[in-house]
Amino acid sequence: MAELSANLLYASFVLYLVGTFFFGGAIKEKKGASEKQQNKWAMIAIYLTVLGFVSQLGYFITRWIASGHAPVSNLFEFTTFFGMMLIAAFILIYFIYKTPALGLFALPIALLIIAYASMFPREIAPLIPALQSDWLHIHVTTAATGQAVLAISFVAAILYLVKSVDQTQKSKKTAWLEVIMFTMVATLGFIIITSTFSAMDYKANFTWMNKYDKEDVFEYHLPALIGPHEGVLMTEGKLEPLVKMPAIIDANKANTVVWSLFSGIILYGLIRLIFRKRVAAIFKPLVKNVNLDLVDEISYRSILIGFPIFTLGALIFAMIWAQIAWTRFWGWDPKEVWALITWLFYAAFLHLRLSKGWHGEKSAWLAVVGFAIIMFNLIVVNLILAGLHSYA
Amino acid sequence: MKEVVKCECGHVNPHGTILCESCGRVLDETQKNSKMIDMRYEGSARRSQTYNKSMIDKIWNFFTSVKVGVSLIVILLIASSVGTIFPQEQYIPPTELPEVFYEAEYGFLGKLYYLLGFHNLYSSWWYLICIAMLGTSLLIASIDRVVPLYRSLKKQKIARHEGFLKKQRIFGITNTDKQASDFEEIKRSLESRRYKVKEENGNLLAEKGRFSRWGPYVNHAGLIIFLIGGMLRFLPGMYVDEVLWLREGETKEIPGTEGQYALKNNQFKVEVYDKENEEDQTFNAAIDKVGTIVKNYQADVTLYEKEGNSLPGEDATLKKIKDHAVKVNFPLKHDHYALYQVDYKLDELSEMSFNLMNKSTKETFGTMTISLDDPKTMYELKDGYSVELMSYFPDFEFDENQEPVTKSRIPNNPAFIFNMKTPDKPKGEVSFVAIQQTLEPLGENTYKMAFAGVDTRNVTALTVRKDLTLWIFFVGGGIFMIGVIQGAYWNHRRIWIQRKDGEIWLAGHTNKNWHGLKRDISMILEGTNLNEPEDQLEAKHIGEKEK
Ligand code: HEM
Repeated sequence: MAELSANLLYASFVLYLVGTFFFGGAIKEKKGASEKQQNKWAMIAIYLTVLGFVSQLGYFITRWIASGHAPVSNLFEFTTFFGMMLIAAFILIYFIYKTPALGLFALPIALLIIAYASMFPREIAPLIPALQSDWLHIHVTTAATGQAVLAISFVAAILYLVKSVDQTQKSKKTAWLEVIMFTMVATLGFIIITSTFSAMDYKANFTWMNKYDKEDVFEYHLPALIGPHEGVLMTEGKLEPLVKMPAIIDANKANTVVWSLFSGIILYGLIRLIFRKRVAAIFKPLVKNVNLDLVDEISYRSILIGFPIFTLGALIFAMIWAQIAWTRFWGWDPKEVWALITWLFYAAFLHLRLSKGWHGEKSAWLAVVGFAIIMFNLIVVNLILAGLHSYA
Repeated sequence: MKEVVKCECGHVNPHGTILCESCGRVLDETQKNSKMIDMRYEGSARRSQTYNKSMIDKIWNFFTSVKVGVSLIVILLIASSVGTIFPQEQYIPPTELPEVFYEAEYGFLGKLYYLLGFHNLYSSWWYLICIAMLGTSLLIASIDRVVPLYRSLKKQKIARHEGFLKKQRIFGITNTDKQASDFEEIKRSLESRRYKVKEENGNLLAEKGRFSRWGPYVNHAGLIIFLIGGMLRFLPGMYVDEVLWLREGETKEIPGTEGQYALKNNQFKVEVYDKENEEDQTFNAAIDKVGTIVKNYQADVTLYEKEGNSLPGEDATLKKIKDHAVKVNFPLKHDHYALYQVDYKLDELSEMSFNLMNKSTKETFGTMTISLDDPKTMYELKDGYSVELMSYFPDFEFDENQEPVTKSRIPNNPAFIFNMKTPDKPKGEVSFVAIQQTLEPLGENTYKMAFAGVDTRNVTALTVRKDLTLWIFFVGGGIFMIGVIQGAYWNHRRIWIQRKDGEIWLAGHTNKNWHGLKRDISMILEGTNLNEPEDQLEAKHIGEKEK
């Protein structure tokens, strides 16, 4: 069962990948870019996407059966689920608005997220007592669904910005748009580097002095560019660190960050060298048939759809569960606080849009910030700001 | 005297009205020249937009401003994120002093964090003031808008003024000779799309989803109720938060219940996932990687209620209420109280046994067992042999004068001073006994207390909680959800259609989701001679581009 599950996930990944190319084909054709006439490419693309989604749903169900609990209990499971719901939300929005260009951006982002998820440990793990509750399933699935729908607004915002930002001259806008592009490229870089070294089964052990002046051990899975405080390499034939960190910094995590940046810069540099254009400028011709007002509305609409789901899942269900599991419905744990921040941010967005008339480009930049907050909550809060929710 | 504005249509509007509540005529000079009118709040007279003289006006206006509301939200958002950089004081290890901990753990930045009070950010006065201001703003801003909005939406006239139609975002004129038949056709298809259609002298108003306009006010009311719940928590008697440490076999009064209830711990256990166990086989890979993974923390307890009024010091009779297995996620609930499994200690020492032994012959003269919670002072052994327990240190250490003292009353590291009385030493020999340590402070002894074993038990920690404010939060949260769904999943769409000598005018407005409105209109117009109306906003964008 566990194996079947893994294969289904793999199949869905491939289907999304192929689907992306068909969406690419769909917008090349002049027709079809508008909602009235869908062309053949777009039909095939959405068909593949739905098929991929069904396959991933199969992964989810079979893994649930294998483990006896909904697979949303660690970072790998949660992040893949988030990717799956992103696809679901895209399918929903696609059937309302019929915009293939959205697929061209939504699918790759979902692919990145799912690939990123698989960098975390994938074993089926049992539930610790704190997680043994039906509310785990209810809370996590609704919260992730809400976040995924909200993330569609980011996808639409990217589409908007790629089309609307003037690429003929350098500006703050082009720079920020490149920051977004670089982040995605660096994520890809991280995935490539991590899976390469993990395929080589790279392991280097260090002993080091932690901040309490006690000896501790680190296992590195990437060559140590950055070593721990007074670290001594214990595994023969592995790279000696170039610099060493003070004891209060987690050198292992810092090393991963440096590697991601490093591979991101190389990858991004290569792309720039080959195309001799900003990355956003490479995409620009693809979106020339896009109707900006419509994309703006998609972005707003997905926030309107996502906001209530997010509130229900990430705040209300979360509070109910916290009352049962931790005796209080709210405890200012970092994860809780970041859910509140996300919620406040989108509330601010809705007010700015409604009352201050922040439409179009301003609204698109806000949607980007909103997504950044969601990702921060997913990644940084889990991995770095440890609290009760810390999975890893 | 109250000022009023009388419209040409005859309707009397309150002072400050921008669009006549009834016919929609533009009453405010500044709006007359714009291509499209601002439809927010239907151009109604809001107190905040009309009066700005007294102090109260100024305060009112401050809190009604969305700019202020959004600023408060953003301030809270940024402040909240600062509070997550380092752990809050409640999450640092309980044995650590915050003034030392933050600097030791996070260096200079940690020290700064502590000095600025960020370690207790969410209960700081300024954070609470921001929340209070947010609540005030929610309340006042909502009242300022909801009343006039209600008046306008209630009083809409079907035949709106020409200028009102022309200045809608969706607007179109069709020349047609089949006016009457088209008109009937449209009416039917509007009704089939679940619009409420009203007709008056050949003019139509089709409306749908007006109730969604109340969504924001409903959700704000929910939030206000939620915040009130937070304030009520500070009333005495509404909220109990206590911890009860309970050893196996022990019965104690439950703190916070004013002596009404007592609890007995029958057993406490910790279970782990086991690779040998059939059920847990799926998890083998994970268990190999991590080591042990806990499956269950469970305290089997019995709840008692005290009967009658017992005097202090007198043992009350206990009436059993129920047995329950308290696990994480499965608290024991009774009469507004809930008991949660939150902490534990395994294998706390409960009893220690010693043999009285002659050091040289190794002959023993009986065994004594000391209850570490309730030790006796004399232990009689074999005929003529007895041991006096002169001092007992449950959690022993030496103080700065090398005197034995106890750190607490918990038997973490028990130590004893014995006086061993035997027929050959009737006055007794004094011996100091601690774990792995024996001292003979008054000179060499003949006898010793030989360690003979321990008995241990587990201890559970339960949080005792009563929270009479919960239902208010629940109601507030529920109302918020209703309001937010009402406002987000429905839209208020209106279509006005007027017949004017040989022409049909059509205008449309929605508070959001214009795409949906346009789709509605194009479906309604299908099969009629009417042109699709123009989206004047899009036309404007295109116009700008071509310039
Ligand atoms: C965290 C707190 C808040 C939340 C979650 C919240 C939520 C909302 C939502 C969801 C809407 C509907 C937006 C839309 O449909 O696009 C809304 C509208 C509105 N909110 Fe809030 N709000 C909050 C605080 C405030 C505050 C502090 C004010 C005070 C100025 C305020 C004033 C308004 C106004 C004036 C509207 C528009 C009503 C209308 O145009 O009919 N809100 N709010």
